[in-house]
Amino acid sequence: MPFIQNAASLAVPAIALGLLWSVMVIGIYITYRVLDIADLTVEGSVTLGAAACAAVIRAGGSPVAGTLLAFACGLAAGCVTGILHTKLKIPALLSGILTMIALWSVNLRVMGTANISILRMRTLFTPLTDMGLSKYASWIIMAGGLALVIITALYWFFGTELGSAIRATGNNPNMVRAQGIHTDTMITIGLMLSNALVALSGALVGQSQAFADIQMGMGSIVVGLASLIVGEALLGRRHFFARLASVVVGSVIYRIIIAVVMELGMNPNDLKLFTAVTVAAALSTPRLTAALRGSRGIKRDQSSQPNQPS
Amino acid sequence: MLTIAGLTKTFNRGTPNEKSALTDITLSVGRGDFVTMIGGNGAGKSTLLNCVAGVYPIDAGEIRVDGASVTRWSEHRRAALLGRVFQDPMMGTASDMTIEENLALANRRGKRRGLRWGIAPGERARYRGMLASLGLGLESRVTSKTGLLSGGQRQALTLVMAILQTPKLLLLDEHTAALDPKTAGKVLALTDEFIQTDGLTAMMVTHNMRHALAYGNRLLMMHEGRIIVDARGEDKRRLKVEDLLGLFERASGHALENDRMLLS
Repeated sequence: MPFIQNAASLAVPAIALGLLWSVMVIGIYITYRVLDIADLTVEGSVTLGAAACAAVIRAGGSPVAGTLLAFACGLAAGCVTGILHTKLKIPALLSGILTMIALWSVNLRVMGTANISILRMRTLFTPLTDMGLSKYASWIIMAGGLALVIITALYWFFGTELGSAIRATGNNPNMVRAQGIHTDTMITIGLMLSNALVALSGALVGQSQAFADIQMGMGSIVVGLASLIVGEALLGRRHFFARLASVVVGSVIYRIIIAVVMELGMNPNDLKLFTAVTVAAALSTPRLTAALRGSRGIKRDQSSQPNQPS
Repeated sequence: MLTIAGLTKTFNRGTPNEKSALTDITLSVGRGDFVTMIGGNGAGKSTLLNCVAGVYPIDAGEIRVDGASVTRWSEHRRAALLGRVFQDPMMGTASDMTIEENLALANRRGKRRGLRWGIAPGERARYRGMLASLGLGLESRVTSKTGLLSGGQRQALTLVMAILQTPKLLLLDEHTAALDPKTAGKVLALTDEFIQTDGLTAMMVTHNMRHALAYGNRLLMMHEGRIIVDARGEDKRRLKVEDLLGLFERASGHALENDRMLLS
């Protein structure tokens, strides 16, 4: 049955890739959906994670240490963006861009060159392939397992007092301050957590492809948003755990879509254009459908706006 | 409970848009006082409340709450002492979070927030009891998002959130102005009930002269950044709307042309 074999040879790598990148999409979910900030630090911290991890492995360190270091580097990158935004009052978008640009130089310093190879060195996946699993199977088990652990941990965290305060900050910072919560701290914690996951994802991807490259983060924020939107479109925005899970599913579906359009003969050079157009279309859908219905985009809760501005 | 000395606040200082909002305000509010505040648009009522809450830094003067000088405290630090309800019903609650999540956030006002579960098992019963006392049926909707509530329901909920941890001072910034008259009356009655039962110290800004006269034991009228009338106890009880208009004319030197303040 050549068709099924063909579909499997297409789907398995796509699923594996989707799971490796899903950790990044979970990170983007924290800033974009929970904090309501579009954080461009992501583009730099993906590479930072891969670079730090690859540098450790090349130097003879253990893959676990490299992956943990990547996580810590991500925390630091998020902290920088957080300080730029909350303490120095630079707009969130620009703060992220500044950290991202600074990380380009930092990443070159970490790697020494524009890319480093860790081919045939031990990675997080080697113990699984040693057991006789295929490359893709090892990616799926390791990345899928990690994603599940992370989702569970985040579900717990955002249910705690601290996590609730972070969620409320993204929702209504005025109310949060009136309840005695320091919004600056909450935003910074959120950015740190987000970028730590993004860098962790970078470390996983770097180990899977056995090299880190200065360019590998480019466009990752758009890929992340595309995955997020695909997941939400398919699974809706229901229970918090389901939303986190939908992010992972979205990441996998996105990679499958990409694999299919490539199989259909799309030029790989057009991939970023394709993704950008998809995200733009998805983000504008609510407005466009409202326009088609003949009404302008009505903001929710307009009826309860104060009718007597003072 | 609240002492303000020489408070001055100017917006956009040193620019063409410079606007003097508060001029040398000195005020002392005693424990258990319920102060109502009226005045035309731009009189400085809301600015005064926001300066007390720490939303705006002040140019000169000192603010003390319950003996502590809070002048240099940040807004979130002062929140440990203050309960606040805003004019905009959207502002008091997190709309994507449930009623009980909002209450749990408010119940930890002034406390350290750690990695304990966001809502402790014992809290829910207390919340239900307090919600039931509102008479709005919210006690059966504790897991509904507050974004689904009406303006009046949200203001009532914000009021409960403000007093869940008994505040030293309750600041009500035109909290019924965005509601229809019937709902406004209901929320005001609840406000008064909570203040009386808990013996709270409160300051309530309103545009409605009748509300300012009907509630509280002290009335402040503001005009152009100054307090021009301060009536207490028996004096306040004897005041009528016409008296307020007369006092306003005498103190400010011109007739009150603000229909909204008169009629609402």
